[in-house]
Amino acid sequence: MAVCVAVIAKENYPLYIRSIPTENELKFHYMVHTSLDVVDEKISAMGKALVDQRELYLGLLYPTEDYKVYGYVTNSKVKFVMVVDSSNTALRDNEIRSMFRKLHNSYTDVMCNPFYNPGDRIHSRAFDSMVTSMMIQVC
Amino acid sequence: MEAAAGGGCGSGPPLLLSEGEQQCYSELFARCAGAAGGGPGSGPPEAARTVPGTVTAAAGPVADLFRASQLPAETLHQITELCGAKRVGYFGPTQFYIALKLIAAAQSGLPVRIESIKCELPLPRFMMSKTDAEIRFGNPAELHGTKVQIPYLITEKNTFKRMDDEDKQQETQSPTMSPLASPPSSPPHYQRVPLSHGYSKLRSSTEQMHPAPYEARQPLVQPEGPSSGAPGAKPPRHKASLIRSFSVEREPHDNSSNYPDEPWRITEEQREYYVNQFRSLQPDPSSFISGSVAKNFFTKSKLSIPELSYIWELSDADCDGALTLPEFCAAFHLIVARKNGYPLPEGLPPTLQPEYLQAAFPKPKRECTLFDSYSESMPANQQPRDLNRMEKLSIKDTADFPVPTQDVTSDDKQEQNKTRLALKSTADEALPKDMSEDPATSKDSNSLKARPRSRSYSSTSIEEAMKRGEDPPTPPPRPQKTHSRASSLDLNKVFQPSVPATKSGLLPPPPALPPRPCPSQMSKPRHRELQEFPQGHPQQSEQVSEAEIHPQLNRAPSQVAESSPTKKDIPHSQPPSKPIRRKFRPENSATESQEPPSTVGPVSAASGKPHAAVQKQSSKQKKAIQTAIRKNKEANAVLARLNSELQQQLKEVHQERIALENQLEQLRPVTVL
Repeated sequence: MAVCVAVIAKENYPLYIRSIPTENELKFHYMVHTSLDVVDEKISAMGKALVDQRELYLGLLYPTEDYKVYGYVTNSKVKFVMVVDSSNTALRDNEIRSMFRKLHNSYTDVMCNPFYNPGDRIHSRAFDSMVTSMMIQVC
Repeated sequence: MEAAAGGGCGSGPPLLLSEGEQQCYSELFARCAGAAGGGPGSGPPEAARTVPGTVTAAAGPVADLFRASQLPAETLHQITELCGAKRVGYFGPTQFYIALKLIAAAQSGLPVRIESIKCELPLPRFMMSKTDAEIRFGNPAELHGTKVQIPYLITEKNTFKRMDDEDKQQETQSPTMSPLASPPSSPPHYQRVPLSHGYSKLRSSTEQMHPAPYEARQPLVQPEGPSSGAPGAKPPRHKASLIRSFSVEREPHDNSSNYPDEPWRITEEQREYYVNQFRSLQPDPSSFISGSVAKNFFTKSKLSIPELSYIWELSDADCDGALTLPEFCAAFHLIVARKNGYPLPEGLPPTLQPEYLQAAFPKPKRECTLFDSYSESMPANQQPRDLNRMEKLSIKDTADFPVPTQDVTSDDKQEQNKTRLALKSTADEALPKDMSEDPATSKDSNSLKARPRSRSYSSTSIEEAMKRGEDPPTPPPRPQKTHSRASSLDLNKVFQPSVPATKSGLLPPPPALPPRPCPSQMSKPRHRELQEFPQGHPQQSEQVSEAEIHPQLNRAPSQVAESSPTKKDIPHSQPPSKPIRRKFRPENSATESQEPPSTVGPVSAASGKPHAAVQKQSSKQKKAIQTAIRKNKEANAVLARLNSELQQQLKEVHQERIALENQLEQLRPVTVL
């Protein structure tokens, strides 16, 4: 379902970025990069209220002609960005949420690994397989 | 290398090597030479005799390699002769290549002759490691080769730490010895792992195992080995020795496990080793190792961080960042496998799943060992503590100790948990509770092997406890029945021969009272009289005094005379304590009627000589009784004073409490806003 999945660290550098290799991947990287501004905007907008009330799922960040970009932020300011093909007939919001939830769970599992230093790139095979499962469904 | 070989080839016939052969031979030679060049003392004398600058292969590794070719010893001898090693005394490159070629010839069935090598031959086959086989020799026995690596898994793992410390020293040890020694005694069977070998052998063999993965991944590095020389070429040296060991390994037994799962099965010995390592990190086998601790431990294995990360991913099934015992064993096993060149599996093999491992191994061992420790220690005192350590369950406070035993008397796992809970809770309460609950818990845990041991201990201890418990409480039975907890506490104090607490202080007064009348051996009325005073019950005294009156009145005035001095004593002891007066009031009232006769009594006694004469025999007894009476009365007075003082204190405390309560009430409306 997703064409590109990215995990961005708190300092806005990518921990993990993967896209369907068919197209120009750089384009996706660029889209993810630009979406970071939108994410920050959303965070700051909600941040005025109590942090507890801020929802992790940010929803649609911005749509483009071909793609839609969704965002999700964890409490430790790690961002998940997902690029979805617009032609894919309306993926329901719940599905996107569930995908982000899976991402978050996998990310937590990665963090639990003592050999993983926070801030490193994610090389976990379990994480990879999970992302693959999300991306494969596009077909 | 080849150039040098060609240059140094003075003693042997000209060799025509194909490219593939050249590659193989050079690599083999590098290994053997590297091993030889590595250890200063390792090389046989031949190496020492070599011309400086010439790289030679030590006879030992070469011999191992040749043996790996599975040719009969005779043939090998011939080959060595032919290749010229015996002549020159060492295995130079030329000799080595010739030997290899001869081996190839022999393996293909050709007679071992110099002429044989002139024709093209297939590559010599050695029982080499899987990597080598795949790459170079196309060894059909490569599977066996891989299996053969398994026994060294353990050996390596055993000496994990030692390798770290003595890595450098290991190389100097005779690598030639170990491979020779190990194969006959350590068939590659998984179960018959060379754990039994001395650690020296293990070290060397494991050291040889060490570079296997490196070798697998970096075959290109090998040719550099001999060139770089001894000091800086530890890894290549490792590789050479490693391959040697592998080659040796291959020869004997190919019968080892042919099952695909075999590499991932954990043997008993391995399991024990892992459990011991677990214990070294975390003494409680049922608890888990935190991530950081495990990370430090596994980092010592010198695997790369990504690999360790992947191994962790595989083994930490519940992804909680901590390793339980089965998870730890699985991780350890994967590390061992990886170190021995096994590629890591895509997923956790079924034999390494925590459930499988738990089912296969842990409970009997874990709890057997635990209960062994229990059996060693005092069962009464330490069992609850050990069980507490064992259980992760939180404490539930059980009210009375009969209750948990009832809860516990069923045979489910949940019940076992409850028993553990009960056990844990009892540890918080008095010890006798633990003992009383132990038989109940032990009855439940039929499924666990070690529990019967605890049963035996706990049952005996409990019987003893109960026996012990029964003896002291008999004197004051009534107070115990009212307080069940208090009873347990009393039992607790019973077992601890140290200070009895305040509740046990109840004991002295009541039992003290009955013995008092014992010294009195006089007639019954006197018994009654004596009993009357210590007990201090007015009613009883009244009754007794009334009963006393009649016999006294009925009896001779001598008895009255006897009673009079006692009564005189009574008034003396009366003034300090009011209760005593109370006690004696009825007596006085009862004995008022006796007063006239008593007043008459002393007068009559004083003047009654004939009375005194008659009373000689009973006077002694009377004196004895009187002394006893005095003592009893004094004690009684003391206790009465204590009683009055305590009552006064109680009143004061009551007043204070009332005052405080008033203050509290006054303060309350102030604070509530």
